[in-house]
Amino acid sequence: MLKQEEGSRAVAEAVALCRPEVICAYPISPQTHIVEHLSDLVRTHDLDPCEYVSVESEFAAMSVAIGASAAGARAYTATASQGLLYMAEALYNASGLGLPIVMTVANRAIGAPINIWNDHSDTMSQRDSGWVQLYAETNQEALDLHIQAYRLAEEISLPVMVCMDGFILTHAYERVDVPTQEQVDAFLPAYEPRQVLDPAEPVTIGAMVGPEAFFEVKYLAHAKQMQALDVISEVAADFAAAFRRESGGLLRPYRADGAETIVVALGSVLGTIEETIDELRDEGVSIGALGIKTFRPFPLDEVREALADAKRVIVLEKALAVGIGGIVSANVRMALSGVQLHGYTVIAGLGGRAITQQSLRRLFKDGVADKLKPLTFLDMDWELVERELERMRSGPSGPHEQNMLRDIGVVAAGSH
Amino acid sequence: MFQLRIHGRGGQGVVTAAELVSIAAFVEGRHAQAFPSFGSERSGAPVVSFCRIDDREIRVREPISEPDALIIQDPTLLHQVDVFGGLSDDGYILINSSRSLQELGLGELSERFRSERMLAVPATDLAREYLGRPLPNAVLLGGFAALTGLISIDSVAAAIRQKFPGPVGERNVVAARKAFEHVRAERGEPARA
Repeated sequence: MLKQEEGSRAVAEAVALCRPEVICAYPISPQTHIVEHLSDLVRTHDLDPCEYVSVESEFAAMSVAIGASAAGARAYTATASQGLLYMAEALYNASGLGLPIVMTVANRAIGAPINIWNDHSDTMSQRDSGWVQLYAETNQEALDLHIQAYRLAEEISLPVMVCMDGFILTHAYERVDVPTQEQVDAFLPAYEPRQVLDPAEPVTIGAMVGPEAFFEVKYLAHAKQMQALDVISEVAADFAAAFRRESGGLLRPYRADGAETIVVALGSVLGTIEETIDELRDEGVSIGALGIKTFRPFPLDEVREALADAKRVIVLEKALAVGIGGIVSANVRMALSGVQLHGYTVIAGLGGRAITQQSLRRLFKDGVADKLKPLTFLDMDWELVERELERMRSGPSGPHEQNMLRDIGVVAAGSH
Repeated sequence: MFQLRIHGRGGQGVVTAAELVSIAAFVEGRHAQAFPSFGSERSGAPVVSFCRIDDREIRVREPISEPDALIIQDPTLLHQVDVFGGLSDDGYILINSSRSLQELGLGELSERFRSERMLAVPATDLAREYLGRPLPNAVLLGGFAALTGLISIDSVAAAIRQKFPGPVGERNVVAARKAFEHVRAERGEPARA
C-alpha cells in the first residue's frame, strides 16, 4: 500500500511485519521515532505476540537481544551514535554467537564535541564487529532492507545492521510502498533457531576457547560472511521477484557503463550524487556512480569488476579515519589492487554538513580534470581551521570547539 | 520541481506543516519529500522545514536554499533570520500576520518579487477563533493553496484529516478553509474553487 509517511514510521511498520517476538531499545536521537512507534504497536496489540522491553542502556538493549535470540525469539533493537559505541562489547558477542538479531542504526556523528546530526562515523566504527552492514539509499529501501535482513540473518546465522541516514531519512516524509502481512509472511518464514537455550536441556554457548581452536572458530565468522555475499544477492533477487522492486543487494551502479569517472558512495547521498551525474552527463561528461549497498561483507570482486574499466574513482564518504583518511576508500583500494587508476578520497558531510549538488558538481568537475588532492575535504572552512592552528602554535589556547564557535559567531554577526 | 521553505518557531508546527503539504501532494498523486531543518529544536527557537513536490521520484536530499515559495509562520522572524534568502524572483510569499505587508514594513519587497504573489494572512487569529489555540500551521496551508494553486484545498483538508483524525483535525480543516476563502476574497476571486 502506497503511503506518504516518515521514514522512521515506515521502518517500524516493516519491522512489525517481520513479527519480532522481543524488542528492546533505549531511545536516542535520531532513532527514537522508530522504537516509539514499535512500542505503540505492542501496546495496542497490533504487534502480538511481542514483548517490548524498555532497558536502561544500549548495553542492556543488545544484551537483552542476545538473550532473547539465544532463547529462540526473533529479536530487534535500534540505536545510533554513542548508543552504538556503548553496546560495542555486546555487538561482538552477538556476532560471535551467530545470533540473527536485526538492528537499525540511524546514522549519526560521534562526539566529542556533541553533535546529533548525520554522518557514518558510528556504523563505520563497528564495521569489523562481525555484523553484516547494509546501507539504505531511500526510505523505501530502508523499509525493504529490514524484511530482507531477517531472512538473511536467519539463513546465515549472523546479526544484521541496517544503516539509514539519521534525520535525512529517518525524519523525511516520502512515498513508501508498505507490503501486506501476507506478502511478508510468504517471503520470511517463521524463525527456526539453529541453537536454543532451553532450561530443560541446558547447554553452554560462547564458552572459553583457548589457542588450540580460537583461531579456527574466529575464521568461521569470516567464512560465514564470505558465504553471505552469495546469500545477500539471492535474497535481493527473491525480494525483487516477490515485491516487484529492486532493493538491497551488494552494489548498484548508476550510469556507470563505460564511464571514465565513477563515484563510489553509500547511503542517502547517492540520490544527490545521481542528480548531479545526470546534469554532467547532459553536458557530455563521462561519469557514473557505484552505490555500495553491502559494506560488510565487502564485495571485493564485484567492486573490482564494476570499476575495472574506469579511468578514475572518487570515493565519497561520510566518516573520517583520523590519522589516515578514508575508510570506504581503503576498502575500495583493496578491491583494486593491481588495477591502475586514479583514486581520490573525499570526506564529506561530517556532523550534518549538507552535501549540496552545487558542491558535488564542482567536486566532480575537479575530479574529472584530476585536480583533486588524494585526500579531499568537501566544503571545509580552511580559514576557520587555520585560525585555530595558529592559536595552537602560539601557546595553550583552550578547547578547540569553543574557540572555533566564537570565530564563526563573530563572522556570522558581521561585527568585530 | 517545486520547492517550499517554511519558517517559524519551535511549537508552531513548522515541521508538521511541511509534512502536511507533502501528504496533500501525495493525495494528488505527486511525489513529495518533506523534512525538517535538523537540530535540537526547542520552544520559541527559529525552526525551518522544507517540502519538495515533483511529478517524478525526488532524489536530491540537501536543504532547500533556492525556494519557489516561503511560508513565514511568525513575522518577528523577519528581523532575525534571512527568511527571503534564495527566493526566486517569481516566488510566493505567505506571511502569518493580521497586518498588511506595508504595515509590516515589507513594502519594498514588491520591487524584488511579484506583488500578486505576496500576501499576509491572519492565521493566528483564525486559529484562535476556530481551534481555540494560536496554532497557525494548518490554517496557513489553506492560504498557501489559494495563493499558489499548487495543491487544492480539498487535498489540504484530506492531509489534515489523515494526520489528525477526529475533532482537532476537523477544526483545523474549517480554519484552513477560512484562510483559503480569505485569500480568495483578498485577491477578488470567487471563494469556491
